[in-house]
Amino acid sequence: MSDLLQVKDLETQFRTREGNVHAVNGVSFNLKEGETLGIVGESGCGKTVSMMSLLGLIPVPPGKVVAGEARFEGKDLLKLSNEELRHIRGAKISVVFQDPMTSFNPVLTIGKQTAEPYQIHHNAGKAEAYERAVKYLELVGIPNAKERMNDYPHQFSGGMRQRVMIAMGLICEPQILIADEPTTALDVTIQAQIIELMKKLRDELGMAIIWITHDLGIIAGLAHRVNVMYGGYIVETAPVKSLYKEPQHPYTLGLLGSLPRMDEMSYRRLVSIDGLPPTLLEKPTYCPFEPRCKYAVEKCRYSNPQLSQVEGEDHYVACWVNPKTGKEY
Amino acid sequence: MAEKEVLLKVEDLYKHFPIRKGLFSGSREKVHAVDGISFEIYQGETLGLVGESGCGKSTTGRTILQLYRPTSGSVFFEGEDLAKLKGEALRKKRRYVQMIFQDPYASLNPRMTVGQIIGEPMEIHNTYKGAEQLRRVEELLELVGLNPAFINRYPHEFSGGQRQRIGVARALALQPKLIVCDEPISALDVSIQAQVVNLLEDLQEELGLTYLFIAHDLSMVRHISDRVAVMYLGIIVELADRNELYATPIHPYTKALLSAVPFPDPFIEENRKRIILEGDVPSPVNPPSGCRFRTRCQYAKEICAEEKPEFREVLPGHYAACHFSDELK
Repeated sequence: MSDLLQVKDLETQFRTREGNVHAVNGVSFNLKEGETLGIVGESGCGKTVSMMSLLGLIPVPPGKVVAGEARFEGKDLLKLSNEELRHIRGAKISVVFQDPMTSFNPVLTIGKQTAEPYQIHHNAGKAEAYERAVKYLELVGIPNAKERMNDYPHQFSGGMRQRVMIAMGLICEPQILIADEPTTALDVTIQAQIIELMKKLRDELGMAIIWITHDLGIIAGLAHRVNVMYGGYIVETAPVKSLYKEPQHPYTLGLLGSLPRMDEMSYRRLVSIDGLPPTLLEKPTYCPFEPRCKYAVEKCRYSNPQLSQVEGEDHYVACWVNPKTGKEY
Repeated sequence: MAEKEVLLKVEDLYKHFPIRKGLFSGSREKVHAVDGISFEIYQGETLGLVGESGCGKSTTGRTILQLYRPTSGSVFFEGEDLAKLKGEALRKKRRYVQMIFQDPYASLNPRMTVGQIIGEPMEIHNTYKGAEQLRRVEELLELVGLNPAFINRYPHEFSGGQRQRIGVARALALQPKLIVCDEPISALDVSIQAQVVNLLEDLQEELGLTYLFIAHDLSMVRHISDRVAVMYLGIIVELADRNELYATPIHPYTKALLSAVPFPDPFIEENRKRIILEGDVPSPVNPPSGCRFRTRCQYAKEICAEEKPEFREVLPGHYAACHFSDELK
């Protein structure tokens, strides 16, 4: 399959009182048609910022995309004017945000908000957009969609609101749907509903999904490929099975080890990653994970490793040390 | 289990919150937050309490500590009913039951130093004063893995994980016997969660503590608990030994809840069949008649609407509240 989106050397910084925060430090990846890409990392690792940078959704100032390229349909998203971006956002690339409680306008009806993107991007009349909104609300499983078009967001539960948000994201049939922790605010039974729904819609509509999350559990059953981010870098990227079976980066190993598993029959002490994530006030000239890494060697303290291929596989890791042998590659 | 000493016994506990709609509305509606639950916690064990948001698990924790006074029912701690105690007598007893709160950003007074925060309980209960108190605070800081030199710092100078350690030190200040941990890790990043859970386990072993561990993360609850209770809409629907509950759940809600939890393993997820619950949790203002879960239960029959299922011992040490528990076990 061909590449739908190619991101190269993306860098985003934020100006703060303490200094420039280097939130994203050179992120490169490709997204294929129909692929689901998982982006995993903890708070502040740059996973959301990198995606929002692509769509011009970073508040400027204090934020600024300082370098990089993002090719989509022959154009560089980062060089487009606001007007040009507006034709892509919501139409060809749309976003489902994390918090279904605060991402709606409380004084507009659900119907109006769901129909709006279609009305704007397709120059459609009210009646046509209304029809289509009903269709998409039905598609995401809102019972009595037609009657509920006139309800307001507060009349919906959290799970239902997230469904509406997905309907809004899908109404223009985008090629890429960016889902920014869409289930984090939801309970696990509702989360399971939403994930099943997204899988079904993905197979029916064939769009590519970028799923941002901190939960390695969700990603395991959903993504084709996973990028693990730390300190504004992608530190490991691989097809999902390869990543879980043979994690290479000490951070990925640590994350997987820190999760308790429900199928473990005997007690195992959790692996904790000591220390704290970096503050990113300066662009690291060394490996950003070095201060917390138990495999670190001398070289890690002065040189930042680039992503490089693990022999013979579609698996890339940014680390000087092979955690299996504890020796440098 | 029979020979184990019961530390805390909750009997038929109810907590209803009246809804005030207006000054003269005279509304008699109330939220049935906790609606008749009974359980015991044995000396030295960890009892996990799981459920989705709004099921009443936090209210249960707070009612045990008498932070909310129960509507009816008893909370026997070392044989004495906390619900009947008042003022000085309650304060003396409550010293031995402490709490760790969910949000380490909101539960520490920003204008107090770490030393004052941890020293305050000793001040109130007159246990340690002056230089002795200072030494004790330093001891506690060391115990929870913080540098005693931080004693004069303020909460904002610490990260989330470190703040939660301060919360733990405060809970330990009066040498309690039971600690109610109310979602102590849900506000923390994955790699930090493991640090705090490991700390809680170490402290339990060192100090012989008993925990009531309230959480919505089922994998973590399984990891830390000896026995687990599952709550739904104000009642406990199932309670059993950890391994038994997760391997052979009886109640349909527990089954669905467990099947909704994603596994951090793409090989297992690939072939996993989920029980997807329809709809949302009903409102606790007007809970369904009979069995609370019947509106979403695939096994529901007429009897479920008519009769409240009894919470009974289906297998030795394994309790469930379902009319069909004998068939489902």
